[in-house]
Amino acid sequence: MDANIFQNIWFIIIGFLLMVYSILDGFDLGIASLMPVLAKDENEQKKVMDSIWPVWDGNEVWLITAGASLFAAFPFAYATVFSGFYLALMLVLFALIFRAVSMEFWYYDEKRKKIWATAFTVGSLLPALLFGVALGNVICGIPIDINMNFTGNFFTLLRPFPLVIGLLGLSAILLQGCTWAIHKIEGEVAKRAHSILNKLLIANAVFFILAIVLTIILLPDILSSIIGWIGAIVYSVSMSYVYLSNKHKRPVNALRGSSFAFVALWIMAGAALYPNLVRTTFSAYNITIVNASSTVYTLKIMSIIALIGMPIVIAYTFYVYKVFKGKVS
Amino acid sequence: MDVVMLSRIQFGLAAGVHFIFPSLTLGLTLLVLIYEYKFYKTDDDIFKTISSFFIKILGLVFALGVATGIVLEFSFGTNWAEYSRMVGDIFGAPLAAEGIFAFFLESVFLGVLLFARNRVSKKVYLLSAFLVFFGSHLSGLWIIIANSWMQTPAGFAIEGGRAVLTNFWAAALNPSTLVRFAHVIIAGWITGSLFAAGIAAWYLIKRLHTNEAQNILKTALIIFCIMSLAQFASGHIHSVQVTRIQPEKMATFEALWQTQQGAPMSIIGIPVESQKKTYYEIKIPKLLSLLAYFDPNAEVKGRDAFPDDELPPVVLPYFSYHIMIGLGSLFALIGIISIVLLLTKKLFNARWFWYVLFFAIPLPIIANEFGWIAAEVGRQPWAVYKVLKTADAVSIIVPASHVAFSLVIFSLIYLMLIVMFIMILTKIIKKGPQSEIY
Repeated sequence: MDANIFQNIWFIIIGFLLMVYSILDGFDLGIASLMPVLAKDENEQKKVMDSIWPVWDGNEVWLITAGASLFAAFPFAYATVFSGFYLALMLVLFALIFRAVSMEFWYYDEKRKKIWATAFTVGSLLPALLFGVALGNVICGIPIDINMNFTGNFFTLLRPFPLVIGLLGLSAILLQGCTWAIHKIEGEVAKRAHSILNKLLIANAVFFILAIVLTIILLPDILSSIIGWIGAIVYSVSMSYVYLSNKHKRPVNALRGSSFAFVALWIMAGAALYPNLVRTTFSAYNITIVNASSTVYTLKIMSIIALIGMPIVIAYTFYVYKVFKGKVS
Repeated sequence: MDVVMLSRIQFGLAAGVHFIFPSLTLGLTLLVLIYEYKFYKTDDDIFKTISSFFIKILGLVFALGVATGIVLEFSFGTNWAEYSRMVGDIFGAPLAAEGIFAFFLESVFLGVLLFARNRVSKKVYLLSAFLVFFGSHLSGLWIIIANSWMQTPAGFAIEGGRAVLTNFWAAALNPSTLVRFAHVIIAGWITGSLFAAGIAAWYLIKRLHTNEAQNILKTALIIFCIMSLAQFASGHIHSVQVTRIQPEKMATFEALWQTQQGAPMSIIGIPVESQKKTYYEIKIPKLLSLLAYFDPNAEVKGRDAFPDDELPPVVLPYFSYHIMIGLGSLFALIGIISIVLLLTKKLFNARWFWYVLFFAIPLPIIANEFGWIAAEVGRQPWAVYKVLKTADAVSIIVPASHVAFSLVIFSLIYLMLIVMFIMILTKIIKKGPQSEIY
């Protein structure tokens, strides 16, 4: 088969991995970021942690697998983005280290519970923001040279469009954490989550509109994408569904709505990028699924691995979520 | 310091700290599987208590493994972008396969072990213990495949300035994969079993949890004894492979300066690279030739057979290799003593030996670290043996100041992680085996 078919398949698979990651780790990162608002004492903090403790590391594997798949399928995109965003990614790594250990440390280290609770929140909030900033950058274009090396600096990454995408992603993740809290936890924590949900929806709507406006101004060429507009409509519908479900006290539906919003976000991101993986300020240098790709042989091997492995992963992930169904006790 | 050196130190630090946790995980998941199986078969609560105790420790070890592991995956792109471009066609696939086949399995079912004893049937719980065991070992296999390909690359061709995969199985099962996998798995089982035996010994010293402690001690020491002896076999096969396929590496491990027939094995000495001479050396004549080629007069290549710019430094690999072998020999000795004490039924009275076991807890971790330093520094100056030099693998655009900055922060964070790990581990151990996990 033609290499281009496999390049397209891997564009979709990596998008899928990132999408599932954002849905699943979205509620982990979101509820952890919201913990200072949701939980007022150690007992409530324990409930917040208990709601994600059995599943968070399985959820993070979606990110690890997405990263490894990008490396394997499109090594040139992986190399350019990871080395180009060096300092920003180091911040993400420092944060992810803290968030990975903070629950165990919080649980056992009674003298420093406050420190570990803060580490848990900051370690989740920072990646939740920076993932979107990174995505915003590869969508709006980064400066690179002919050898695919990034020529900007740390502040290049903080332009308005990436920042707005970062805030949009953050607000979607917070919303996901909020609907998760209402779904999984009873009592005061759920009440507080319930009361901030509409505020988060408003913030999210503001950033979404800002993102659309900036896209119209800065990236007029991607406005012709019909799939992108379908994504935007699905996104708006999903968020309205979250609002209505919350109003009628149907927490599962609210969680479904905010999860579906991520599907829409990734459809929009994919539509904005395709066939590029990294858009650049000089479009002839764009890093695409063709010029960044591994050989067709490697892509075939990888496709076999994914075809065998992923259905099994999805099946047992479903099973284990069923095991942990129900409210945190 | 230049950016290559800084990046090497940072990657070495990240991998070195990370390696503490997966090696413990390998041994702990084996113990959990054994005890869950015993509990399933007998329904005796003591096995459940012991297993829960190890699962609790596994939860901590695993969280640290995840925290330190994700850094490595990012590092190939952040610090070694030229490496990623040059060999991404080959090197990325095993990492992706590790995620898909192994790491998901391990992580998802560890959640069941930690939190769902009362939510699933005994059968499913036992199956989960098996899947965590299986996942962690399979994960090790894929990582060893990736790392072994850097040592003894195979199944590829150089096309258009990059290495491309031509034969997946040849690359995955390259000449050093299987023996290195065996060597690392056995090392993990040695680490985990001595860790468990040391904790049990401490309980006996303190006269705490005697029933559990005796049970753990017996089980752990049987594993430890077998594995510490088996490690000689895997170590030997590995050395033969290195001598034949990476001869300059073995010449460096042994500080063998000149190519010679009937090459001796260096037991200990002080090699001085600039003088190409080893001082105060104790060596066994002809042993290296005998071990590597089963012929005491066979020719073994010395460092003089290779160009200077393709040779690793001597001192660090030499000492790392010898410390590893020294510790490995000590483990075999401890293993044999354990079995003698066990068979003569003196194990539960041999107070002196309990102290030995307790103080030996960190030694396998030290042996693992030195073994790994020997393997990786011994591969220099290559990132991928004879394909890509480390100096050409680094990210061109990341300035040394940025790497220095991240290195300082990583050092501080890792120091904190290790201190906290030891502190919490001590706390869990002091609390003792209980049937509840959290």
